Amino acid sequence: MMLRRRDVVSELLKNRGDLLVVAGLGSTAWDITAAGDAPLSFPMWGAMGQAAMIGLGLALAQPRRRVLVVTGDGEMLMGIGSLATIGVQQPQNLTVVVIDNERYGETGMQRTHTADGVDLAAVAEACRFKNALTATKDVAAVRELIYKTPGPNFAAVKVADDKLPLVLPPKDGVLLKARFRRALLGESADVLPEER
Amino acid sequence: MQPDWPAEIHRELAAAGVTVVGYVPDAGHKRLIELCQQDKSMRAVPLTTEEEGIGLVAGAWLGGHKSVLLMQSSGVGNLVNVLGMIKVCRFPLVMIVTMRGEQGEFNPWQVPMGENTARVLDTMSVAVRQAGDPQTVAAHVHTAIGLAYETQGAQAVLIAQRVIGIKSFQEQRDQ
Repeated sequence: MMLRRRDVVSELLKNRGDLLVVAGLGSTAWDITAAGDAPLSFPMWGAMGQAAMIGLGLALAQPRRRVLVVTGDGEMLMGIGSLATIGVQQPQNLTVVVIDNERYGETGMQRTHTADGVDLAAVAEACRFKNALTATKDVAAVRELIYKTPGPNFAAVKVADDKLPLVLPPKDGVLLKARFRRALLGESADVLPEER
Repeated sequence: MQPDWPAEIHRELAAAGVTVVGYVPDAGHKRLIELCQQDKSMRAVPLTTEEEGIGLVAGAWLGGHKSVLLMQSSGVGNLVNVLGMIKVCRFPLVMIVTMRGEQGEFNPWQVPMGENTARVLDTMSVAVRQAGDPQTVAAHVHTAIGLAYETQGAQAVLIAQRVIGIKSFQEQRDQ
């Protein structure tokens, strides 16, 4: 029995506490929304390839908070160099989880490179991630990485290539940014720096 | 006497409270990169491609920190699609770009992007400030940081190749 992506993401975000979450465009943005939209989630609608780097910027700015990037295999492949960049910075509070259905889910389910054996966890390990694993049966070990283990951590979770109903987050970028900053930094985040 | 413009830029960044400096190396940025690496209040982050800098800047601002990106003009060409996120989310963005393909260029492959750097940025709604001589560089950076963070806008300072003054491969390697 293959894992199902919505079950996986719901399980990873259960009792998320003050976890900061960035989701790559497409299916993973819908997955985190299906699990429950929240101000401390930043679902992307574009900028393909940048989810892990947004996670890095956030992790460097907020070293006392745990940061989770959840993205798709196609999105991760487009920004594969960011794994090397993260490996150099070694943020202990960052975990990158790829929900890997081996398909480009928004464009007609074409095969991605992982369908032909490209091993993203091995890439992450080679890029000096402290922990890197591939999960196929359950995600207990992935939860451990996200909430407890010093990183940088990486997990590829192999899932079925289901086509699921869309569950859309807000799409106004200014709203997504502003609500995240207000929830994280307080209302002073709404005020521009010189006015504080 | 020429002003020490890399040191002046570094002072502007420090005074503005910039804590994250993303960069793809360029000979023209060599000294500024070193100054940022040596500054304990800054985190210098080498990138594999300029595109990564846009994600870095966005994430840092979500976390409440100011940042700046350093790159060469050719790197601007790597940014086009991801600048869309800066625009739709109104993320503050400050880019300091050293120009190639201008006065003194020795490599024809640098010319097409150098000739179109300002146009590409303008097309993607990044305000362009041209620093054509060493005396004006720091003032342009000061203005760019102020406008980026006070008005939530995207700003680029282009430092002309004649300011950098590199005229051959050998000079570049000897930097």
